[in-house]
Amino acid sequence: MFDKIIIIIMMTLVTYIPRVLPFTLFKDRNIAPYWISFLKLIPYAALASLIFPQVIYSTGSIGSAIFGAALAVLLASTKINVIYVVIVGITGSFIFDIINIHFFN
Amino acid sequence: MNVNKYKINTQDPVAKEHKLCFSPLVKDGVKAGVPIALGYIPIAITFGMISQTSGIPNFITVMMSIIVFAGASQFISVEMMAAGASVVEIIITTFILNFRHFLMSSSLCSKIKGNTQTRIMNIVAFGITDETFAVASLQKQSVSQHWLLGLNFTAHFAWVAGTIVGIYAGNILPEVLRTSMGIALYAMFIALLIPSLKKARKILIVSLLSAVISGLLFFMPLLSFITSGWRIIISTVVAAAIGAKMNESGEEADV
Repeated sequence: MFDKIIIIIMMTLVTYIPRVLPFTLFKDRNIAPYWISFLKLIPYAALASLIFPQVIYSTGSIGSAIFGAALAVLLASTKINVIYVVIVGITGSFIFDIINIHFFN
Repeated sequence: MNVNKYKINTQDPVAKEHKLCFSPLVKDGVKAGVPIALGYIPIAITFGMISQTSGIPNFITVMMSIIVFAGASQFISVEMMAAGASVVEIIITTFILNFRHFLMSSSLCSKIKGNTQTRIMNIVAFGITDETFAVASLQKQSVSQHWLLGLNFTAHFAWVAGTIVGIYAGNILPEVLRTSMGIALYAMFIALLIPSLKKARKILIVSLLSAVISGLLFFMPLLSFITSGWRIIISTVVAAAIGAKMNESGEEADV
């Protein structure tokens, strides 16, 4: 038990330090335009690498993951609220897996 | 969405100043966190279940969700603890996996407007995850520290609550529904990214580039030693660095 407490406290520290450091490092500091541009592009680059390729392994089967993701892509291009895209994505994958389990297994 | 509440006349210089702070309120942040909560709950339930069945004491499992609050690394550390890995191994793996948040916090700095107090920012920093970062960064305008507190609160609450449910009532969600809900966070990422691709050609190129690099690192057998944390760091840094080199003007100047 004691060693596990040590582990989670150390995990907290090594997780928290990279999260908090930038807020102190970059506070009130002038950053060159190139780096501003770089930092502003990070969200898009990070999202793309977070999505691909793990998205295809995110559900019970690759088929249902691709189906759910495709529905999400279609719906997202209409700029609808995020929550609806999430609900449709889940529903799509769920129906795909249910059909797959009941009719093709 | 209470968008209209904050729509102000842009001709007025004072209003223009306030417009910088589009999302100032805690409760708006709480609301913006709902899609994250929906995605976190099934994952947290799974985490609680796996951790409990791996023989990790419930106290440790819940504390981990409360104080570490980092999805993938929690799963991996539970696996490693159950396999009898050393403290050092677990800590290094956690650090490597979560170091990507350094990039995310750095990027988020420029998104926060209005007064910031160090004490509150230290709490905000604790709640920076892939998901809270993504939702905050892709808000149309700047956010306040209080908005971030609200956003992180929803995410953290869902994560901890889901963990507890997983420990004591893991089977509350049927397995097929739980696995289908695995798409939730990816659907959220897609919903955030896709509309931005039309904003600027640069964003489209950077995103495609990052996905391609990530795919290469993931599927190339020679590169399979690279952990998912480093895969995300490498893809993001390389794609954003190339994108920042591309000089574009006009409507895309602010990217």
